[in-house]
Amino acid sequence: MKWTLGIAALAIGMLCLAGSADAAAKKTMGVSIPAATHGWAGGLNWHAQQAKAALEKKYPDLTIALVTAGSATRQANDLEDLVSARAIDALVILPFESDPLTEPVRQVKKAGKWVTIVDRGLTDPTIQDLYVAGNNPQMGANSANYMKDKLGGKGNIVVLRGIPTVIDNQRVDAFMEIIKKTDIKVLDMKYANWNRDDGFKVMQDFLARFPKIDAVWAQDDDITLGVIEAVKQANREKEMWILGGAGMKEMIKRVMDKDTFVPADVLYPPKMIADAMELTASKLMENAQLKKEYIVDATLVTPENAAKFYYPDSPF
Amino acid sequence: MPDPSGPDAPRPSRTRRFELKTWGPFIALGILVILGTLVNPVFLTPNNLVNVLTRTAFTGIIAIGATFVITTGGIDLSVGSLAAFIAGVMIMVMNALQPAGMAPLSVVAIGMVAALALGVGAGLINGLLVTKGRIEPFIVTLGTMGIFRSLVTYLANGGTLSLNMGTRGFYRPVYYGDLFGVTYPILVYALVATVGAVVLYRTRYGRYVTATGSNEEVARYSAIKVDRIKLAAYALQGACVALAVVLYVPRLGSASATTGLLWELEAIAAVIIGGTILKGGAGRIWGTVAGAIMLALIDNILNLTGAISVYLNAAIQGCIIIIAVLVQRDAKGRR
Repeated sequence: MKWTLGIAALAIGMLCLAGSADAAAKKTMGVSIPAATHGWAGGLNWHAQQAKAALEKKYPDLTIALVTAGSATRQANDLEDLVSARAIDALVILPFESDPLTEPVRQVKKAGKWVTIVDRGLTDPTIQDLYVAGNNPQMGANSANYMKDKLGGKGNIVVLRGIPTVIDNQRVDAFMEIIKKTDIKVLDMKYANWNRDDGFKVMQDFLARFPKIDAVWAQDDDITLGVIEAVKQANREKEMWILGGAGMKEMIKRVMDKDTFVPADVLYPPKMIADAMELTASKLMENAQLKKEYIVDATLVTPENAAKFYYPDSPF
Repeated sequence: MPDPSGPDAPRPSRTRRFELKTWGPFIALGILVILGTLVNPVFLTPNNLVNVLTRTAFTGIIAIGATFVITTGGIDLSVGSLAAFIAGVMIMVMNALQPAGMAPLSVVAIGMVAALALGVGAGLINGLLVTKGRIEPFIVTLGTMGIFRSLVTYLANGGTLSLNMGTRGFYRPVYYGDLFGVTYPILVYALVATVGAVVLYRTRYGRYVTATGSNEEVARYSAIKVDRIKLAAYALQGACVALAVVLYVPRLGSASATTGLLWELEAIAAVIIGGTILKGGAGRIWGTVAGAIMLALIDNILNLTGAISVYLNAAIQGCIIIIAVLVQRDAKGRR
């Protein structure tokens, strides 16, 4: 009995030694993102996996632990596991929700890890070492400016909103700020939940209700897909055009092909997770100097620049 | 053995009180139609009504199957996820066949057969776990709900499965086409409801379904093969889901993790609004039809008006659902 215990203790001691010797050279980066429950998140997962493969190849001493969570609670559990079981040196996280994850991420920070926050900011921004995000107000503003120019400052439009969230409010508020100063009339706005089927339903009802629509701000490419079908069904493609957003490959393709029905798109790229992972890895492995904030532009995609943003292999 | 069904699981009888309860959902539906017309005259245009009824077809057909499952005293929470899974597989099957140079008609026909086989198969799995596995239907279908949903996410790689353009053009009229102004989904829905009503009210199987839900022990002592009755109900539910998917896929030609989200709740709500008892033992097919149409109308009416804050949409929906069921209780209570 004593024998076995002694051997076990020795073995554990050696393992620990080996572990600490390893840690000097090898680093682990934890990446926590929401599960692929809708199109945009699907793109997020794809880009994260691509970045993981690319970075592990570039830095042989870097291990990336990628975990996906279906809810804020699960994500908080994931963080505990990443710190205790995977012994991460840095965390890249796209929080499911801002409020519930602020404290769990603070605990990670307190354990002495580097923290990179992506897209949805925490309620306490002092926690993060690095912040990488899209620009929601800019997305709304760029959309409004494009519509204003293309409509010549007047006309009737309808707006399909996303899911009632801060993100959606920021986009719509910035959009309306600009539209208010023009002669463009917003006939109505309804939630379509960033979802194709809801986009189809809401647009069908808009078409029944309004005899003259010049343009549609669908805000999101999934909604746009539903809107396209509804307009086609009503045979009113000649009457109006649609502006979506996010950068879904099908929509970028349409823009590239100079489709007059979907003439442009405004980016809110899920690729930002890959950028965040790359920056964090360069900090971890090469101690690169980083700014505190990287804001990914909500670029307007037109036929001229569309090819740059086309990822035919991405699921989104 | 005490009687588990209690006093509130009455056997259908031809009294006047029963008649009023049957008419409740239709009265509520009538009130909603009047409300819609007052909100916006566009509501009554044939175009709008056809749109709404066509949309209703998906959850409506699923709700017919749910009426059977609920009447046996069971429940199926997996229908929304199953719809997404079937849609995904159907699209993949059709996409795989098209480059093989097959005629579009055969591609779509094989896709439909695959969908129905998958639907019935999934229904049988649910049914076997409930009957042979002796697990509560709530738990079985909660489990399969997660399984089907994550399978479609896996198949789509987290993104969206889209039907190839060639097949889509050929398949599109199944949703958008019509016969004398009535779209095919509406016709299929009417047919499914009629068959459902005949089976539930006029056949031995239908009476056994009601008997099983009313009092399983008594049904078993009456030499009814309760397990087979239930198994068939879940299989029927699976077939209904597949049929709904066959009509759904040509609409947008795609399936993703958000396809059919919360359809299970919509279907169950339609069944209960229609007067079927959640505990089982009394099913109302035409009530279910009225319930499903009501749910679609509420959405439609809210979209046709700018008077109500969009933030309150869900609250309005909730109120109308509760009032619709209250109207029935009142109609019953006054007798």
